[in-house]
Amino acid sequence: MGDRGDLGFRLAIGAVALLVVAVVVGIGVLLVRQSWLSIQEFGVRFWLTRTWDPVAGEFGALAFVWGTLYSSILALLIATPIALGIAVFISELSPVVLRGPLTFLTELLAAIPSIVYGLWGIFVLIPLVRSLQAATPESIKALPFFSGPPFGVGMLSAGLILAVMVIPFTSSVAREVLKTVPVAQREAAYALGATRFEAIRAAMFFARTGIVGAVMLGFGRALGETMAVTMVIGNRPNITLSLFEQQHTMAAVIANEFTEATGDLYLHALIEIGLVLFVITLIVNAGSRVLIWAMGRTRTPQLAAAPAAAGAAA
Amino acid sequence: MMIRRYGLAACLMAAVMVAACGGNQPQTSEQGAAAPGSPVQINGAGATFPNPIYSKWFAEYHKRHPEIQINYQPIGSGGGIRQLTSRTVFFGASDMPMKDDDLKAAPGPILHFPTVLGAVVPIYNLMGVTDLKFTGPLLADIYLGKVKKWNDPAIAKANPGVKLPSTDIAVVHRSEGSGTTFIFVDYLAKVSPEFKDKVGVNASVNWPTGIGGKGNEGVAGLVSQTPGALGYVELIYALQNNIAFGAVQNAAGDFVKASPDAVTKAAAGANIPEDFRVSITNASGAGAYPISSFTYLLLYQEPTDKVQGKAMVDFVRWAAADGQKFATELGYAPLPQNVAAQELKSLEKIKVS
Repeated sequence: MGDRGDLGFRLAIGAVALLVVAVVVGIGVLLVRQSWLSIQEFGVRFWLTRTWDPVAGEFGALAFVWGTLYSSILALLIATPIALGIAVFISELSPVVLRGPLTFLTELLAAIPSIVYGLWGIFVLIPLVRSLQAATPESIKALPFFSGPPFGVGMLSAGLILAVMVIPFTSSVAREVLKTVPVAQREAAYALGATRFEAIRAAMFFARTGIVGAVMLGFGRALGETMAVTMVIGNRPNITLSLFEQQHTMAAVIANEFTEATGDLYLHALIEIGLVLFVITLIVNAGSRVLIWAMGRTRTPQLAAAPAAAGAAA
Repeated sequence: MMIRRYGLAACLMAAVMVAACGGNQPQTSEQGAAAPGSPVQINGAGATFPNPIYSKWFAEYHKRHPEIQINYQPIGSGGGIRQLTSRTVFFGASDMPMKDDDLKAAPGPILHFPTVLGAVVPIYNLMGVTDLKFTGPLLADIYLGKVKKWNDPAIAKANPGVKLPSTDIAVVHRSEGSGTTFIFVDYLAKVSPEFKDKVGVNASVNWPTGIGGKGNEGVAGLVSQTPGALGYVELIYALQNNIAFGAVQNAAGDFVKASPDAVTKAAAGANIPEDFRVSITNASGAGAYPISSFTYLLLYQEPTDKVQGKAMVDFVRWAAADGQKFATELGYAPLPQNVAAQELKSLEKIKVS
């Protein structure tokens, strides 16, 4: 009886797990089918050209791919140190009375609807960025990162708003991961005479795979964010390094143009953008799995500068 | 024991799913067989621009005819046309007439019925400058990126006596596909061959310059915050939010500030073809506002469901007459008499028996 019960349980759980696979495969198949006209018409050119002209029927995704990756990486660069700082403070340093409210407040950030972030971006962030741009000296504006007219809307605003949106995700997961570090690890570090900083470093090293997972979760969130980004990025398919220039993202162009897309080729091109986004998300996720796997295999800690902590972690 | 319990759970789940999937399908056929007088549900989808007045109309009409319930999803003109041609909804709505290709691709002939009129107005943010005037070619050149500064001679010429600053023009357009953009570029393409050539006419275009704002509120937000900005929004949005807008020169040479009255005049002076698929931008009548347009309901000439078809015909007849009195208070321009009369005639083409 017990065996049969196990079998039933196994089948039921297996079916649920397979459902996820089926959904992913189903999305992929559907995206390819619904974008077939565009795939046939443009082929590889779709990935490599930047013209997006619905009137002439010329479609290329490159500018959107660029904008999506640029804004997400920018958000990651801004958000990761802050999010990890929050996580470390809450789990290691914060007085117990502050711990609850701080956790609650960071997680509250995740509960704010993205349209509200977008409005906040238009009315608060953009004027700030604009005055920053206006105050930028000409010599700095000559650099490729800071060229462009002082409108406020552009890549920098998008990166900042994405960073705020990503922080709660990364910091919550990182905090949970740090919580799982055994007390013995920290105590061992202290016993060996480690300073607080070194003990925390040891704990972070212990939790490194989980922390990378937390960062990648934030990255995935940034890749797919639509509404807040489209409200502040300026929505111009541009390929430029400049933080002050208007750019565009894949999710934004789909959300913007899908409802009014008449004509089959146009619609298929938009769905192919969805396919490109899907593929890029898959690549990013697979990449992060590989990274986590590779880190999990590292046995010798790379903390030569802190022998005590290293000893504790090993 | 265990397996039986899981099996039961699985069966239950399957049953729920089947019920959920199958539940919706028989609805239409039941309604098709329904006798007049029993409840009629009609679903439609399309343009967002007329959504406020359509909601008002459907509610008012429901009060007068409690058996008729019309549901409308404002998903955009393109989406409305797609859902109509795939017969997912009974009627569609669009801010622009359907293209010949789309009409050909539809499973049956589709008729256009103008309901009200809207307009697009230029808004700007210039310290201390009010009541600016624009000519059509000037707007086209600004949106082509050819006129870059506010003190450009072309702007000065249209606005004698106005002190214009030397700041850059921050051009703002809609980022998403929209009927508003369609009306605006349709006008620009009529007054500027270069614009027609380089940009063309569509609900979303490849803009040579400018920042994209999402929705009327996005464009208005960017313009109100960016010194030296110029954008375009729907008249109804500018009126409801007290946003100052500029006058535009019509084909007769008058500078006209948009108002429901000036928009109705643009339609009254236009030559309306039998199928109503016409652009009334660049109108020439005295006092006619040049960036005006119809918004349409789209109906199949041979509806699959005669009961719903009959109800819709009655509704459009009411909307073109009594319903028009709700237009102005909501900021829309009512149809001119001649168009409403022509519409009643066109309604007879729908085969409801």
